[in-house]
Amino acid sequence: MVQHLNWDPATISRIARKHLDQEGALLPVLHSIQTEFGHIPPDCVGQIADLFNVSAAEVHGVLSFYPFFRSTPPGRHTIQICRAEACQSMGSRLLERHAKLTLGIDFHQTSADGEFTLEPVYCLGNCACSPSIRVGTQIFSHVDSARFDALIDDLQTNILEVK
Amino acid sequence: MTTIYIPRDTTTISLGADKLADEIVNFAADKQLELSIIRNGSRGLYWLEPMIEIETSAGRIAYGPVMIEDINYLMTSVMASASANVYTDHPLYLGLTEDIPYLRDQQRLTFARVGIIDPLSIEHFLQHGGFQGLKHALTKKPAEIVVDITDSGLRGRGGAAFPTGIKWQTVLLTESDQKYIVCNADEGDSGTFADRMIMESDPFSLIEGMIIAGLAVGATRGYIYLREEYRLAQQVLEQAIHVAEEHHYLGEQVHGSGHEFRLEVRMGAGAYICGEETALLDSLEGKRGMVRTKPPVPAVAGLFGKPTVVNNVLSLATVPVILARGSQFYKDYGLGRSRGTIPLQLAGNVRHAGLVEVAFGISLRKLVTYFGGGTRTGKPIKAIQVGGPLGAYLPTAQWDTPLDYEAFTDIGAILGHGGVVVFDDTVDMAEQAQFAMEFCAIESCGKCTPCRIGSTRGVEVLEKIRQGTQREKNSQLLIDLCETMELGSLCAMGGMTPFPVLSAFNNFREDFFQSLERDGEI
Ligand SMILES: Cc1cc2nc3c(=O)[nH]c(=O)nc-3n(C[C@H](O)[C@H](O)[C@H](O)COP(=O)(O)O)c2cc1C
Ligand code: SF4
Ligand code: FES
Repeated sequence: MVQHLNWDPATISRIARKHLDQEGALLPVLHSIQTEFGHIPPDCVGQIADLFNVSAAEVHGVLSFYPFFRSTPPGRHTIQICRAEACQSMGSRLLERHAKLTLGIDFHQTSADGEFTLEPVYCLGNCACSPSIRVGTQIFSHVDSARFDALIDDLQTNILEVK
Repeated sequence: MTTIYIPRDTTTISLGADKLADEIVNFAADKQLELSIIRNGSRGLYWLEPMIEIETSAGRIAYGPVMIEDINYLMTSVMASASANVYTDHPLYLGLTEDIPYLRDQQRLTFARVGIIDPLSIEHFLQHGGFQGLKHALTKKPAEIVVDITDSGLRGRGGAAFPTGIKWQTVLLTESDQKYIVCNADEGDSGTFADRMIMESDPFSLIEGMIIAGLAVGATRGYIYLREEYRLAQQVLEQAIHVAEEHHYLGEQVHGSGHEFRLEVRMGAGAYICGEETALLDSLEGKRGMVRTKPPVPAVAGLFGKPTVVNNVLSLATVPVILARGSQFYKDYGLGRSRGTIPLQLAGNVRHAGLVEVAFGISLRKLVTYFGGGTRTGKPIKAIQVGGPLGAYLPTAQWDTPLDYEAFTDIGAILGHGGVVVFDDTVDMAEQAQFAMEFCAIESCGKCTPCRIGSTRGVEVLEKIRQGTQREKNSQLLIDLCETMELGSLCAMGGMTPFPVLSAFNNFREDFFQSLERDGEI
């Protein structure tokens, strides 16, 4: 689990300036902002546009094109379920249904307690040990419904410990 | 002192390799053992992972798959036995790693070092033939390097199989103040992980290939466009680039040669279409990943309008061995116009999933039975999808096709990036066809109508066929729609989605017509 900061314009400028000597630096800047804040706050789009000398519409166009960039804060854990073929061949469709039922949310949604965000992903390069899921940046192999439940349990217990 | 290898690539870590390493360290500390632990990459025998190896005078001995609860017994036995006669009775004992038939019967050229060395040790890399290709390249003129690559017969391993030498020649001959080498590490095809393995397990081979490409065409800057999902690969690559800079292989002077070459990793953001080379370039420029119309080809006007080599990870990582051992050596593998070796990835419902690098020409049947060992579920194989989400589903009748670019084209299929996904007889091929359309609808860049609208219509039509609504009419509609997509799309996203759809429809018709016809309804 990653702890995200609240955003402020000074931090955005600081992040952007680190990248300005790179060619075509918009994506690296957006990545850095999302790493820091967990999402790209819509209110900072204008500021990013100014830094790059482009219109806010253009930045927005880029943001909306890429599924990875999000405009709202994610839950404490982002769970991605692989929907692609190698995972399908080992039962990922069942897993997908089970996950949605268990968490009570659909893809692109966050549970009411702010604990979990569920996202689809199309291959994690872990196709030899499918079905695969990713929690944050950690990848898990051979995930069936039982393993999924155990994992969710684990994630929730860990939070209690931290508290 | 005993040396023990514990792998650390994404899949082995997902199977518990990191915890295993921690436990082995604890065990050694506990028992006051002198143990040297090397975290190697994975050999890609994934059903045996985590596979640990013990160095002996006879060679490396493998045990796997090793679970935490095996450590005590295994390590005690291993440590108790004399170095060469290691403990052979253990149920996890696999013998000499090199003699495991799955590995022994491959021809690993691109993957020669993968799983053997510590990915971040430049000393290991050098001991195992690393930078030999670069050494030769530095004695050659740019045009001579290009000739070597052309003569080797190397064709792009990213999917389109375009001759690499011809692409390089174009960039070499195009005058410009700046040229680029761009590595396509977007590896979006489901069922593929060979690029990831190279980047995580032998990153210097990719770096070496990119430096050689730079020397060959006169480019001083390189980018690795890496998919966001590959965070471990990012870490390893960035560390490897740092090490290569410290050892002056990258930077102002490549190995004191007076040639400059700098390298940077750039992350994608979850869009499959950014694997298409021109969409990738737009993305690198900081834009939406929209496919460009060709001409001009990237080799003439690519990144920021400059001449650019765009090559897949595997193509670039194969360049060093060609320079080191000669184009003839490489060309002697393979057949027809498919020369050299191809790293195939056995994935999905297959018992022995993993990386199989062999000379072109092996049959699909041999690959999935001899290497793959049949399905993981033990049920009969029904279909095999080769070449990612845009590749055809092949029925039994086509499994004797040799893995060769032309042979696959002839049956309306592709080899693509070498992904081989196995399905058992519980698969519903109509559901797979519908998913192919859905995937296209989700990932389309939206530039052309047949792809953007056609795929959404495709999902609807397939739903109707599966429900049994006006079956004749909708089947015809599906076929027409596929033809429109094939002919009217700018790139292979829309142009090849019909491959999986129609191969499923034509070869597994019974799956589409399961429900009774409900004619008369719309
Ligand atoms: C929809 C689409 C997705 C693609 N994805 C990839 C990819 O993930 N990796 C890759 O190397 N090539 C991919 N390609 C092929 C590239 O466009 C291009 O042919 C390749 O990068 C050239 O390198 P090569 O000649 O070394 O194969 C894709 C093509 C299309 C149409
Ligand atoms: S075929 Fe699809 S992905 Fe390719 S350019 Fe057209 S709309 Fe974009
Ligand atoms: S298809 Fe799911 S990890 Fe590759």
